[in-house]
Amino acid sequence: MVENILNSIGHFYPEISIVVTLCVVIIADLLLKRENHTISWIFLAGLTVTGLLVLQQTGLNTSIFHDMAAVDPFAVFFKVILIIASLFIVLFSINSRELDPYKSRLGEYYMLIAGMILGMFLMVGSTNLLLIYLAFEMTSICSYVLAGFTKRALKSAEGSIKYIMYGAVSSGIMLYGISLLIGITAATDIYGVNASLAAGIDQPMILYIAILMIIVGIGFKIAVVPFHFWAPDVYEGAPITITAFLAVASKIAAVALMIRLFKVSFMDTASVQIIGDWPIFEGLNWNMLLAFMAALAMIAGNLTALKQDNIKRMLAYSSIAHAGYILMGFVVLTDEGITAIMIYVFMYLFMNLGAFYVAMLFSNKLNTESIEKYKGLGFRAPMECIAMTVFLIALTGLPPTAGFIAKLYIFGAAISAGWIWLVLIAGITTVISLFYYIRVVKNMFFFKSDGISEPLVFDAGSKVILFMLLIPVLLFGIYFTPIIEFARYSLKMFGM
Amino acid sequence: MDILLQIVIYLPLLGALVLLAARTDEMVRMISLFVTLASFALSVPLMLNFDVANSHVAQFMTETGPLLAGLDVKYITALDGLSLLLFMLTTFFGPIVVLSSWTSIKKHVKGFFAMLLILQTGSLGVFASLDLVVFYVFFEVTLIPMYFLIGIWGGEGRIAATIKFFLYTLVGSLIMLVALIYLGFHAGDAINNGVFTTDWRLLSSPVYQIGLVEQTWLFLAFALAFCIKVPLFPFHTWLPYAHTEAPTAGSVVLAAIMLKMGTYGLVRFCLPFFPNASEAFAPWMGALAVIGIIYGALVAMVQKDVKKLVAYSSVSHLGFVVLGIFALNTMAVQGAIIQMVNHGLSTGALFLIVGMIYDRRHTRMISDFGGLSGVMPVFAVFFMIATLASVGLPGLNGFVGEFLILNGAFHSVVLNSYWFTILGATGVILAAVYMLWMYRRVMFGPITNKLNEKLADLNAREITLLVPVMIFIVWIGIRPTHFTQYSEHQVTQLLEESREKSAAILQSAKADELPGWAGKFYDITQEFASKIGEE
Repeated sequence: MVENILNSIGHFYPEISIVVTLCVVIIADLLLKRENHTISWIFLAGLTVTGLLVLQQTGLNTSIFHDMAAVDPFAVFFKVILIIASLFIVLFSINSRELDPYKSRLGEYYMLIAGMILGMFLMVGSTNLLLIYLAFEMTSICSYVLAGFTKRALKSAEGSIKYIMYGAVSSGIMLYGISLLIGITAATDIYGVNASLAAGIDQPMILYIAILMIIVGIGFKIAVVPFHFWAPDVYEGAPITITAFLAVASKIAAVALMIRLFKVSFMDTASVQIIGDWPIFEGLNWNMLLAFMAALAMIAGNLTALKQDNIKRMLAYSSIAHAGYILMGFVVLTDEGITAIMIYVFMYLFMNLGAFYVAMLFSNKLNTESIEKYKGLGFRAPMECIAMTVFLIALTGLPPTAGFIAKLYIFGAAISAGWIWLVLIAGITTVISLFYYIRVVKNMFFFKSDGISEPLVFDAGSKVILFMLLIPVLLFGIYFTPIIEFARYSLKMFGM
Repeated sequence: MDILLQIVIYLPLLGALVLLAARTDEMVRMISLFVTLASFALSVPLMLNFDVANSHVAQFMTETGPLLAGLDVKYITALDGLSLLLFMLTTFFGPIVVLSSWTSIKKHVKGFFAMLLILQTGSLGVFASLDLVVFYVFFEVTLIPMYFLIGIWGGEGRIAATIKFFLYTLVGSLIMLVALIYLGFHAGDAINNGVFTTDWRLLSSPVYQIGLVEQTWLFLAFALAFCIKVPLFPFHTWLPYAHTEAPTAGSVVLAAIMLKMGTYGLVRFCLPFFPNASEAFAPWMGALAVIGIIYGALVAMVQKDVKKLVAYSSVSHLGFVVLGIFALNTMAVQGAIIQMVNHGLSTGALFLIVGMIYDRRHTRMISDFGGLSGVMPVFAVFFMIATLASVGLPGLNGFVGEFLILNGAFHSVVLNSYWFTILGATGVILAAVYMLWMYRRVMFGPITNKLNEKLADLNAREITLLVPVMIFIVWIGIRPTHFTQYSEHQVTQLLEESREKSAAILQSAKADELPGWAGKFYDITQEFASKIGEE
């Protein structure tokens, strides 16, 4: 018992490091002057240490704290993604002018981000239904507060309230589903759930209801139709750094959680890879259900994005559509499908953060998030606009960018499993998405700005961050073998 | 030689990177000219060393290992009979296009030439790649620079034009992407040990046969993408806008090279991969082609804008190419291939010429001109040759292609009707009407507009860039075999193989296993297969 716990702590360093960082940030906030970004750099250092500790875990494949969580290649992959995203968000925050009026509260800000990271780390690793719920709530509560961080902005407060209301209901439903599941399977860890489902249960209907309820909770976090209604308001209201974090990190963490939960507990381990063939699920065609959700997300997300003028709101709807593309891989829960998802989220990380970053830079200088106001920027800030174009083209999924490779794999996985109608919808909605992505490019390059033509100058630091995002997006469009190898290697989940 | 092909393809891209360091506009122009000239010069040895007798074998090949883990996608580039001429056409037009924009582009010069050079690499890649995924990548890469060329340096209505251009092409190509992935998995299961493959050589080989139902859908998906690109009636509506609004260089590249990607795709992919569907859809495609020929010609006749007139004439001329492809015999397909080159040369020349008078007068309306032949005699000569080539005067290149196509279509077993030829031939007559009428209104008669009285004739730069085009227009007209020889073997073999393949697939197809529509559509009950076999 004690030995297990002691051993487990050895595999729990990244999480511990986050907690330490969290505490250091609180203390530093009390001791240091609040006029500069020292605290940001402290936080950045903490995250870097955490990142190194995560990298130390490569190759491990074990379960810790009596099957509470797994430390396996799958979890490590997602932790790497999450830590990269977090590092970028801190860099963004240092550059953001939006947060300047709140400089005295930066300690609080980073503390909440650390809480979110901890929650997401647990989300991608947890193998116990109770821990899953705890991790889920930990992430959510921190993000509710962060969404309303710029509290003097009305929209921020509004978004935050909407987020809480919606989140509370969804996680309540999810908790209900989890309790039903625990009730009928008499197990709290997902391996136990799987074993008792394999042994057969009397009331499959309750099982189906439980699963649907869990999907509601996770669907909320991924922001997939029809659980997406919070996303546009929250994304628009939240400070842009947090919007980017929500759109990338918390979405990816929830995807990881969903994959693990479904793959480990709801799949027949005896005949892995064939989904939906398990007699227990005869009454619930859940991959068809998810396919519909994916299709709806792609259609609704892309169509609604067409009309948006606020770039954050536009990217919010686009991220709903991207949740749909990611779900396509989930419908095919084979190794191919999961690899495709992993590749997708990896590429998505850079291109989406890039788009948010350029939007933030413009909002710093121009004080606007309206796409209409981007007119003529192309020749005032050529470097930033070219980068934005690359990010948007990647989000559309055109070669030779990382976005194309991501789409190629996800389409490939779905087609090889026979979901051709779904892929056709994905293809057509991709064309629709081009409309609104390209509109930004069009405004930047094809119109003259109204009167003002002096160049916008950005400092060297912000250019460096831009290149850190731009280079991967271009590079992974032509040289991507390491990423794919990494993703394929990371397929391994503990207990599978 | 293999490495030479890579150099030719990527030199322009490298040039685009070098441009970033250029300080003055003059330097930008010189670098672009140098790079495109070098790329052309280096491509000449490729043509000279091309083994004509083995044109069906891919030559100068570079092949890497699989690029994508788990999928057998390789970077394969090579030239063969189908691609050589179009590849050469692309390198040939590189320096011409750069020269043509020498003075007419005044704003954002660096960006303009960078886009042209990226576009050049993309186009060369399209014609040289022998793997479908690599092809697709290049195919899409060409879109973005063209989008910017039209959008930033285009005319008044450029924004609507860019949207139309981009969306039309992308709809087609995404549906093609879906089909392409499906095809890759299907082929993998059939002939590559279950590993996704898109190697053209494997897919086009006689060993790989696709069932009739799948063929139908795949053919439609691929053909849609290519027909939009061609553009075939009724998918042509993006073309006049894009052409009219594009800067001269953009129009020339669009007409001479990018439209060819569509027809090239039909020949390279649709015919060998989907032989049954190609045969079954041939009359339909032929009918659309003929409608396009006549419709394009009629609409061209009533245009007031010279550039729009040339744009609609493209619709008409490319109808001939598609008709030739789907006549499915050696003569017609050969005609189609040479006609692609011809159309590139003559329409390219026409757009250059329209650009030249636009530079002088900033209008393209026919009614603003008249009597130019007196003021610009040299210009008149070049314009005349290009016009006559476009009309299809014997002795110039246009005649060769149209003659082969119409003759081939006349004898075509698959089309099986003389009407295609008869109606198609009216397009030639109509072409003479609208082209010569336009020429007369622009060049002859009294000078009605005072502004036209003092127009300068062509300068040395403009003559330099037109002369090479004229040389080839005449050369192909007089000695067509110098050019048709390159594709002859491959076309013969490709058609033969796909005929055998289609017969084999028909034989193995069992009517009762197919859905009703497929049995009817492919005429399984009758001796369609034997009919094809006899030819």
